[in-house]
Amino acid sequence: MWHSFPFHPPQASTLAVEWDYLYFFLTALTIFFAGLIFAAVFYFAIKYRRREKNEVPPQYEGNLLLELTWTIIPSLICVFIFIWSAHLFMRASTPPANATEVFVVGKQWMWKVQHPEGPREINELHVPVNEPVKLTMTSEDVIHDFGVPAFRIKRDVVPGMYSTEWFEATQTGQYHLFCDQFCGMGHPTMVGSIFVMSHEDYSRWLTSQLNSKPMFASGELLYTQLGCNTCHTPDGKPGVPPLRGLYGSQVKLQNGKTVTADDAYLRESILGPEAIVGYPPTMPTYQGQMNEEEVLQLIAYIKSLGSPGERKATQQ
Amino acid sequence: MADAHVSAAPVAHQFDDFQQQTVADTFGMWLFLATEVLFFGGLFCGYSLYRNLYFEAFTAGSHLLKIQYGAFYTVLLICSSLTMALGVRAAQLRQKHALTIYLILTWIMGFAFVYVKLRYEWYGDYLEGLIPGVNWAPSRESLEMVNHFHATLPHLALFFIFYFCMTGLHALHMIVGLGLLTTLLIFTQQGKVTGGNYNWVEIVGLYWHFVDIVWIFLFPLLYLIGGRYV
Amino acid sequence: MSTVAVEVTPTLPEVHYLNADYGWRSWLFTTDHKRIAWLYLFAITGFFAVGGLMATLMRLNLVEPQGALMEPASYNKLFTAHGLIMIFFFLAPSIPTVLGNFLIPIMIGARDVAFPKLNLLSWYIFMLAGSVFMLAVIRGGVDTGWTLYTPLSTTYANGHVLSAAVGIFISGFSSILTGLNFMVTIHKMRAPGMTWFRLPLFIWSLYATSVIFVLAMPVIAITLALIALERVFHVGIFDPALGGDPILFQHLFWFFGHPEVYILILPSMGVISELVAAGCRKRVFGYSFVAFSSVAIAAISFMVWGLHMFLTGQSVYAGFVFSALSFAVAIPSAIKVFNWTATMHKASVSYDAPMLYAIGFIGLFTIGGLTGLFLASLGTDVHLHDTYFVVAHFHYVMVGGAIMGYLGGLHLWWPKMTGKLYPEAWARFACLLVFAGFNLTFGPQFILGYLGMPRRYAVYPPEFQVLNVMSSAGASILAVGYFIPLVYFTWSAFKGPVAGPNPWGAKGLEWTIPSPPPTNNFDVTPIVTQEAYAYGHEEAHVG
Repeated sequence: MWHSFPFHPPQASTLAVEWDYLYFFLTALTIFFAGLIFAAVFYFAIKYRRREKNEVPPQYEGNLLLELTWTIIPSLICVFIFIWSAHLFMRASTPPANATEVFVVGKQWMWKVQHPEGPREINELHVPVNEPVKLTMTSEDVIHDFGVPAFRIKRDVVPGMYSTEWFEATQTGQYHLFCDQFCGMGHPTMVGSIFVMSHEDYSRWLTSQLNSKPMFASGELLYTQLGCNTCHTPDGKPGVPPLRGLYGSQVKLQNGKTVTADDAYLRESILGPEAIVGYPPTMPTYQGQMNEEEVLQLIAYIKSLGSPGERKATQQ
Repeated sequence: MADAHVSAAPVAHQFDDFQQQTVADTFGMWLFLATEVLFFGGLFCGYSLYRNLYFEAFTAGSHLLKIQYGAFYTVLLICSSLTMALGVRAAQLRQKHALTIYLILTWIMGFAFVYVKLRYEWYGDYLEGLIPGVNWAPSRESLEMVNHFHATLPHLALFFIFYFCMTGLHALHMIVGLGLLTTLLIFTQQGKVTGGNYNWVEIVGLYWHFVDIVWIFLFPLLYLIGGRYV
Repeated sequence: MSTVAVEVTPTLPEVHYLNADYGWRSWLFTTDHKRIAWLYLFAITGFFAVGGLMATLMRLNLVEPQGALMEPASYNKLFTAHGLIMIFFFLAPSIPTVLGNFLIPIMIGARDVAFPKLNLLSWYIFMLAGSVFMLAVIRGGVDTGWTLYTPLSTTYANGHVLSAAVGIFISGFSSILTGLNFMVTIHKMRAPGMTWFRLPLFIWSLYATSVIFVLAMPVIAITLALIALERVFHVGIFDPALGGDPILFQHLFWFFGHPEVYILILPSMGVISELVAAGCRKRVFGYSFVAFSSVAIAAISFMVWGLHMFLTGQSVYAGFVFSALSFAVAIPSAIKVFNWTATMHKASVSYDAPMLYAIGFIGLFTIGGLTGLFLASLGTDVHLHDTYFVVAHFHYVMVGGAIMGYLGGLHLWWPKMTGKLYPEAWARFACLLVFAGFNLTFGPQFILGYLGMPRRYAVYPPEFQVLNVMSSAGASILAVGYFIPLVYFTWSAFKGPVAGPNPWGAKGLEWTIPSPPPTNNFDVTPIVTQEAYAYGHEEAHVG
């Protein structure tokens, strides 16, 4: 039981390094202030111990200057920590534009992972080292949480919406993946491993995954199987919006607002079309007819039909 | 107070005098009402969120409510607040007879509210299949309304859940209020109220006005602002 | 300098509230606030024992990475019940209903609380709530965690969520009525001359607590009602498949939940002010700052609920606001700690158990408070959220803070409640045991959290075992530390030496009346002419 007794989790991502600086600063601050209070309490307790049963010490009021000092100094320290940590949080919440996408679906009690290139994994995630990876996550049932201590990342995976997190691994190796939000009986078994591999190993691994079809191809298959193609064609028909160039474009809703057609918009449009899209609700809902992984595949297909910029390019 | 000699009301042992007892009782009721505000507040908060998310369904739901009922309740409750206020005044003036009449009037209007709500409005909703979880089978007309507003049935169900929760909690408070009024009437007949504890009427009055005010918020939120008069 | 040290053997008053009346009716139908305090004391001690036993079983299970005792399913039910029992049936009522009930009327110079019958009714509601809840536990338990997150609790959990929710729902009304009663009492029942700034700081903190009771409890009540509704009819309020929003539950829950943690710690802060004043025989340094910091904590606590939800997908900017407000709520707590420490300067520090508990509180609460900064700050929370770091943090505040305060207060006022002294040597020993056991239990959990061990795991990777074993060892010491007071308090109630009205030489109205007090507390309504901690003013005391 003593063979591995860590005091420090592996520091295996770019964020982990920055995170640890703030953590060590806060730890030092805690030790300093706790030490200060402890020292004062013990010093006073010994120096001014009660020496006589009926002793009454001299009385005095508080001291305004002292009160202001120990109000203002902690406040300033708090402002400093707030700015530092908010900055870090902002970075942790904004994936870089060039990040590789991986899709995660949580389900009682397993993690299902899909790579756009096709490979699918359960409770495992293979990623290349030194490359930003963005996870787009959702849940089939309850709220889960995808946490990787070695990367210092964690984000709730909520049913009915997409949440994202990102990391850039800096060291190859195998790391813990935990579900951090209590999700029912099998919660402690909803664990897995992240494998960070060198680029050569990673591309070897990708090609070794047999029978794997890229996500957009699976999506294209669903597109015909579910009969989407009876109304929707890539270039649109009268009354039916075109799918080509839809992803990332601006869509005007019936309530007058304009939104970007992103993953969340497409998911909502497929599962509950009436609620959000800017077209008369003639499309039936597909809620219950497909699982979250298939929704992601359909979105990948729509994405593969190009974004608005590309559409213009092809039209010219 | 000038009426110290009138006050035959017993003062509880923990109080120094009747005055202290009166202000303590009234303050207690105000605090209770603060609790009630937060109690309803959770529902109002949920309602606002879902109305914002599913505006179309909430519009459709609002159109499915019968506004004549809402208007009728509103008139009823405003009148009952008036009679309640007159009752408080009668109690302060030690007019036992007037107090009895005002309390009975208030009671009748409160009862009419609850009776019409349960017997006609809710039972009607039940027959139309508009009670989610109990009898949820909206009729053709309801479905047309849903389609007209581009809403969906599950979201319409959310509207009706909040409608029943909010008006149900309110109706429960009305029923409690009727119980309080009944107790007050009995005490009035025994002479306990005009004999000293006139502040009981004030306290029940506070409660009654609060319940009325809640309705003043519920009526527009549920029946009116569904885009009907925009 | 000293008091009129006339050494006479104190005797018990002939008639006092304990012997004024006999028989079970005189207890179960009493409206005397002091007897109701005892009813609560028995009830919550029972709940504490049950919750503590559950904690012991959990710690035992975690000695082995694969679980030494039970299946994850049972473990899940244990920690859910442990959390709910400790929060709703022990910590929330502990200081307010036992010490608060006993002391508020006495400290402000009143004969009873404003509504004595309501006070008794609160106890019955509390017992009803406890019974309904325990029934749910006995019939098979709940496995949702104390936070009851949706849609797990509404759709997926198989346990007795409904009856557990009903139990907590009912207990909310007990708290609301207690808070209401206390607020009216403090506002309207103060003796002549007892101005707001002559109130003991304990009263200030309980006032702030009562405000939270009145304003936060109804929110959890309505939220639980929605859970129950969803559970019975499955109408989709929190189910995303039907259009509901599971995050709405978290907003409502934490709008109650964060003020709730201040319900647990504020009363204890009030007790510590009293313990420090009595243990140092000195006015609390910066009285008005300590008093207003209680009110500030209560006010800000209603605006910080989002700090529990940084990672749920709320907007980054909402996170900024909640994080900033969470830092703001840390400042008043820091002010209190500094002021208590400053009170010990040039004081006459006693080494009796109450003061030892106060010193222990200051130390543990300082650590608990400072580690709260890790969780309030957005960046660090990402990694530490939902790990053992959180568990360690809130146990430092709840157990190291709230329970140390509760035990310290119980020791200080035990002679007043029973008229008997407890054995001082045993009490000091138990206090040290609690302090040492506590640190050994929860100190390693900070490191576990930093390593990334998630909370609520019945089984865990083997590299976390050493720290878990340390924690479990500490828990067994802690259990002994909690058991000893139970034994000597029971002994002292029957066989303890007579205490006399003021065994500590402390100030405050409660020390001017006999121990145990008469049923009406004061034969003549006292007229207050002095501030709360008028040490060094002996003339008034003699009269």
